[in-house]
Amino acid sequence: MSQPNSSAEISALYQELILDHYRRPRNKGTLEKPDASVEMKNPLCGDEIGLQVEFDGNAVHDVRFSGRGCSISQASASMMTQLVKGKSTQEIDALRNQFRDLMLGVTSPSGEEESKLGSLRALSGVARFPARVKCALLAWNALDNALAERRSA
Amino acid sequence: MNLRRDFPLLANNPGLHYLDSAATSQKPTVVLDALRDFYETANANPHRGAYSLSVRATECYHQARVRIAQFLGVRDSDCLIFTRGTTEGLNLVAASWGMANVASGDEIVVTALDHHANFVPWQVLALRKGAKFRVCELTPDGKIDLDFLGGMLNRKTRIVAFSHVSNALGTINPLVEIARMVREKTDAILVCDGAQSAPHFPVSFDSLNIDFYAFSGHKMLGPMGIGGLIGNRAMLEEMPPYQTGGDMIEFVHDERTTWNVLPHKFEAGTPNAANAVALAAAVEYLDKIGMDRVLEHERSLMSLAQERLTAIEGLHIYGPAPAERSGVVSFTMNDVHPHDLATILDGEGVCIRAGHHCAQPLMRRLDVPATARASFYVYNDESDIDALVAGIIKAREIFGYVPA
Repeated sequence: MSQPNSSAEISALYQELILDHYRRPRNKGTLEKPDASVEMKNPLCGDEIGLQVEFDGNAVHDVRFSGRGCSISQASASMMTQLVKGKSTQEIDALRNQFRDLMLGVTSPSGEEESKLGSLRALSGVARFPARVKCALLAWNALDNALAERRSA
Repeated sequence: MNLRRDFPLLANNPGLHYLDSAATSQKPTVVLDALRDFYETANANPHRGAYSLSVRATECYHQARVRIAQFLGVRDSDCLIFTRGTTEGLNLVAASWGMANVASGDEIVVTALDHHANFVPWQVLALRKGAKFRVCELTPDGKIDLDFLGGMLNRKTRIVAFSHVSNALGTINPLVEIARMVREKTDAILVCDGAQSAPHFPVSFDSLNIDFYAFSGHKMLGPMGIGGLIGNRAMLEEMPPYQTGGDMIEFVHDERTTWNVLPHKFEAGTPNAANAVALAAAVEYLDKIGMDRVLEHERSLMSLAQERLTAIEGLHIYGPAPAERSGVVSFTMNDVHPHDLATILDGEGVCIRAGHHCAQPLMRRLDVPATARASFYVYNDESDIDALVAGIIKAREIFGYVPA
């Protein structure tokens, strides 16, 4: 049987930084004139996110998120919006891949590449909780769709 | 009642507090033994062979049907069709009776309390037939609003589908009164989702004044993949087959085919005989305890859980008073999301369900994306509630609750 997670793993999951973003989410709200608007739901748990992006050429100029969900999905969305502001779509694609690898436990948060993920590295504990990986990736999947919307526009 | 030792998974994991029996129950040794015993002593394809082993398999399968029918108060055991579970039973009625009898302009009634399995098949049927799909609203405490229901019923109503017990809240619906209302105001058939009632209290189909009742074996100590649909004989005989193939035929001519008698008409293909036999062992086990005692045991655990959980500041319990519920407690804890709660409880060995419980229409009406749900069964005891409460307190500490 897959063993329940240890107390240490639980503590590693719910770091203060994550709980801080959950309690005081950054960039929560809506934009007046978004270039891309995406709604996404996790049908398994009912979590939902709305993501609005304003582009400046090829780069994300501003971004806001709305919706409700667990601490992991909310903190991940909050941190992601901070990280991607001012980044080009190519840079964001690379960050998304790094974050996904981190969530799937393929990479560790201490690597040089991973340092670019900044505060999102605090979510590395999620890798030990397979049932919660989708929570952490929800905002990123929404952003993926927003970028795709931009490309096809 | 100390039955934990009868359940290998629980006996082998002393620190495990399994509070998700509304999703699926654990299995006692007698059920696992029955499954193995069938394959070791009686395995052959039922209804097929002239040799004695096949006859033995057929007898085992038949006896299982009789035993389970007896457990659920069905005198005519041929009216119990084995299915994969409740979902397939309900889909059978929708696809067979529904497709043959519902017409454009007819009305189909479900309730906002229903599981997706007793909601979506009717919604799809209504869309296919151009019938009106109507959802009965609830009272604020999560019961079927009988006044609302009364106002919906009319001579156009063809189907009324409702759950005996809500899987999400534990609400025990007033089946007798609903049946009386429906009979009085409509010519509709009554379809009851019994997934959460058959495992938890005595059910006697013949005295229920309904037309169809579906149940799942895996929620009542049986294996996954076996359950049943009980139906009114006259209706089952009138209904076209649900699936076609082997076993369900009488004569297959080049141009057309005639159907086998009940129950075989609705059981195309090789039956799940081993699981039926194991489910018969499960109801034997439940009968030894006594279904009244099962109910009493769950009630006492639920009252205790209600009392202990209510004492936790910031915890909100959904649904009606404990006296009107089966062994389910659905709750939220202030700003700790149910998913986070379930993760932290899992770390303490406590298994609860967090999510929409396959009841999204209900969650919309409660205006929550998810709740946490603890559900009780015969093997639970006070220590499970102690662990649940301790885990919730721990979650609250992690999330920074400061007692006043």
